[in-house]
Amino acid sequence: MAQTSVLSVAAPEKVTAKRGTTIEVKTPVLLKSGYHVNSHTPSESYLIPLRLTWEPGPLETIGVMFPKPHLEKYEFSATPLSVFTGNFEIVSKLKVGAGAATGPGMALGKLRYQACNHNSCLPPKVVEIKLPLVIQ
Amino acid sequence: MSSIYIRVLVAACVSAVLLLSACNSSNPVNAAASTKPEKDRKLAPEFELKDADGKTVRLSDYKGKVILLDFWATWCGPCKIEIPWFIQFERTYKDKGFAVIGVAMDEEGWPVVKPFVTEMAINYRILQGNDSVAQLYGGVEALPTTFLIDRSGKIAATHVGLNGKDDFENGIKKLMEGPGIVQERASAGLPGRFIPAVLFGAN
Repeated sequence: MAQTSVLSVAAPEKVTAKRGTTIEVKTPVLLKSGYHVNSHTPSESYLIPLRLTWEPGPLETIGVMFPKPHLEKYEFSATPLSVFTGNFEIVSKLKVGAGAATGPGMALGKLRYQACNHNSCLPPKVVEIKLPLVIQ
Repeated sequence: MSSIYIRVLVAACVSAVLLLSACNSSNPVNAAASTKPEKDRKLAPEFELKDADGKTVRLSDYKGKVILLDFWATWCGPCKIEIPWFIQFERTYKDKGFAVIGVAMDEEGWPVVKPFVTEMAINYRILQGNDSVAQLYGGVEALPTTFLIDRSGKIAATHVGLNGKDDFENGIKKLMEGPGIVQERASAGLPGRFIPAVLFGAN
């Protein structure tokens, strides 16, 4: 488990894929009770969105799909905020490069988030996600 | 029987009064964090940070004043609630030996902090914070984290998270009544002038 204080990401299972194919990788995120993270589409411009990016390498990012965020009202905001709470899953659609080297490898993802509870906020953090790969 | 009835009635009334007073509190989030007794206060760590003009500012520059030291960031919702209160405190008490210092903890620095300061019309000094200074103040993991510092430079109260406006203001007033003298010059048509307590050897 790549862990920080309030958010953890389950280590992804090894993926085996052929060159030129597209794969879907699920990233289960576990958030400590009482905390929320801003969604990928925050309600206010000053809020830091949730972002999952994959480093350039054997996999090319086609898209990253987030679940539907909740709208939650907090004491510190006049309007409900678009957030994720509890456990949720992010799905990445990745294409294995046609010229990627075959054999075992690793893709590196970075999940940037900014968490708050009902009355305070934690600085933005980045969790690294290591995806073991076997390219055929 | 009537005695039991009266006792139940009294207990119900007391509960109702307590409940009402809790609901009326202007500190809806945190329990009141009153200032510590003087003997329990520790010296606020000295720091050196830059303001928006690039000028070096030290905590000791404010020696003799009551200080509200606020660690905040532009991405912090609860901080945005407190900032207008601090603007008001600065306006109300700045001539009475009080100052607000905001320490911005944004990693992106002035390019994001300066526009925010303008947008919020912040009238007190903002400094660009860093991890070293945060560590001096216990790490400052959660924002806002606010310290009330007395005139002898000691931390009298620490608030982590959104706090009540009245709680801050009561603390400020209490600390301003502490050692130190505000020389009223109203009779001369001049603003009150603060004479730091340290000049008089009070500590």
